[in-house]
Amino acid sequence: MLTLNHYLVLAAILFAISVFGIFMNRKNLIVLLMAIELMLLAVNMNFIAFSQFLGDSAGQIFVFFILTVAAAESAIGLAILVVLFRNLRSINVKDLDHLKG
Amino acid sequence: MTWTSLNAWVAAPEIFLFCATCAILLLDLFVSDAKRGFTHWLSLAVLVVTGALLVRGYHAAPQYAFSHMFVADPLATLAKVGMVVGVALVLIYGRSYAADRGIFKGELYSLALFSLLGMMVMASAINLLTLYVGLELLSLSLYALVALRRDSVESTEAAMKYFVLGALASGMLLYGMSMLYGATASLNVLEISQRLMVEQSGNPLLATFGLVFVVTGIAFKLGAVPFHMWVPDVYQGAPTPITQLIGSAPKLAAFAFTIRLLAQAMEGFTPEWRSMLVVLAVLSLAIGNLTAIAQTNIKRMFAYSTISHMGFLLLGILVGNVVGYSAAFFYAVTYMLTAAAGFGVVMLLARQGFEADRLDDYKGLARTHPWFAGMLLLVMFSMAGVPVFVGFFAKLAVLKAVVDLGMVWLAVFAVAMSLIGAFYYLRVVKLMYFDEPEGAAAPLSGCMFTRVVLSLNCLALLGIGLFPNDLLLLLTNAVEFSLPI
Repeated sequence: MLTLNHYLVLAAILFAISVFGIFMNRKNLIVLLMAIELMLLAVNMNFIAFSQFLGDSAGQIFVFFILTVAAAESAIGLAILVVLFRNLRSINVKDLDHLKG
Repeated sequence: MTWTSLNAWVAAPEIFLFCATCAILLLDLFVSDAKRGFTHWLSLAVLVVTGALLVRGYHAAPQYAFSHMFVADPLATLAKVGMVVGVALVLIYGRSYAADRGIFKGELYSLALFSLLGMMVMASAINLLTLYVGLELLSLSLYALVALRRDSVESTEAAMKYFVLGALASGMLLYGMSMLYGATASLNVLEISQRLMVEQSGNPLLATFGLVFVVTGIAFKLGAVPFHMWVPDVYQGAPTPITQLIGSAPKLAAFAFTIRLLAQAMEGFTPEWRSMLVVLAVLSLAIGNLTAIAQTNIKRMFAYSTISHMGFLLLGILVGNVVGYSAAFFYAVTYMLTAAAGFGVVMLLARQGFEADRLDDYKGLARTHPWFAGMLLLVMFSMAGVPVFVGFFAKLAVLKAVVDLGMVWLAVFAVAMSLIGAFYYLRVVKLMYFDEPEGAAAPLSGCMFTRVVLSLNCLALLGIGLFPNDLLLLLTNAVEFSLPI
């Protein structure tokens, strides 16, 4: 029988993987965008699990909003990526070093 | 549910702003580049009407709308009036800068107004869902605005960094919100507080876990150390009007957002979040002020100065009572005006092909443009916290609240850090008044209207500093009416 804790642990693992992906990744900006998506999905997992086990549907409504906003967010992220690639000719995280002080 | 039970009129300023922004977005398509001034004045007119609606809808008692998703209480209303002023100043000061750099387009106006809508929703949200949606509307508009200069490497790189760290912050915040929801089975801020504090029916362990992530998310958005990495890069890389937008009005929104989440939803956990905010405030004050000394770029210097000012804002909030919140509110409002004035002067000196963002560009400004050197002097004195200027009273109010709480060491530390901070603010004054100008005097950009507004903005820093009590009383009353204690 799957309990609430199983879902929470899964969500925590997904969340940890995504944070790790954002900070450890030094090569590819697209992987970074994927890590951000994964993070939001981990949150969704949490919300749905709580919603199911608490018997309250508000959490599932919240998930719809997160999914919608995540779509808009990745659209903007990819748009910025395209503009950046046009200027920089690279999507390597290491090349983002023009701003220093 | 009927239309009247929605109480939609409570959100009239937001609804008007939304409709008007959509109209501006469409109307701008029919406006040629030469007549873009139409969009500019229309946007300012929309801001004036929104401000008037806000003032007209001011009620001492909180008004709820949309089944307790949205609240118009004095705190939210006053914060929103401040945000409208902040965005109006961005549009006024930024016009000639934008025109010189080919970003004087409809997008600038519609995105700036949408970001204002996001801030207003953030201030009025009383449900985790509306808080999140408002925050994202603000953030997504700002990401796009930072990348407005599409051909500039710095601008797009800053946008990418802002986007990645902003999305990370939203993720952290959401993860914390999901735990709060799990602990209390409610998304409503007041119900969460009720279940955690009065009924004790929530799960305190889960709520504490949620609190950690929520505080992390808030610290990212405020730009408090150790979550400040994005602030200097974004301030430096973004076009200056956008830097002003990021550095002024959203601080008020972040303040209201923090009050909703920490002071209202997590009221029962005040000792827990206080200790977290102490760490954030101490680090922000130290790192912000010390690193600012090493900067040669004035926008980067303002960025580190913002970090240290956010440390002061956190000091006010961590006190955890009405005195502390109203001191922090006063700090946020006056910092918004000060930052707007500072960036306004930077943009006035900038012209095509010249950003006026190096500190050396300010050498001998008192010879070439004595009036605006004097204005920048007011801004610097206010930021440094020299008595008589408004920054002094803002710092004093916060420190008084901290001392009343019994954390004298924290107040002493904050004063010591402000003294270090005074060094780099006064260095700008020294460059302006005691150094020789580099090259011939260049004309100022901006029309007469811009200069008059900017001068009034700077003089207001002195004016509010001379008579701080009215504003402080207004904000204190607002906090008292809004937070049931």
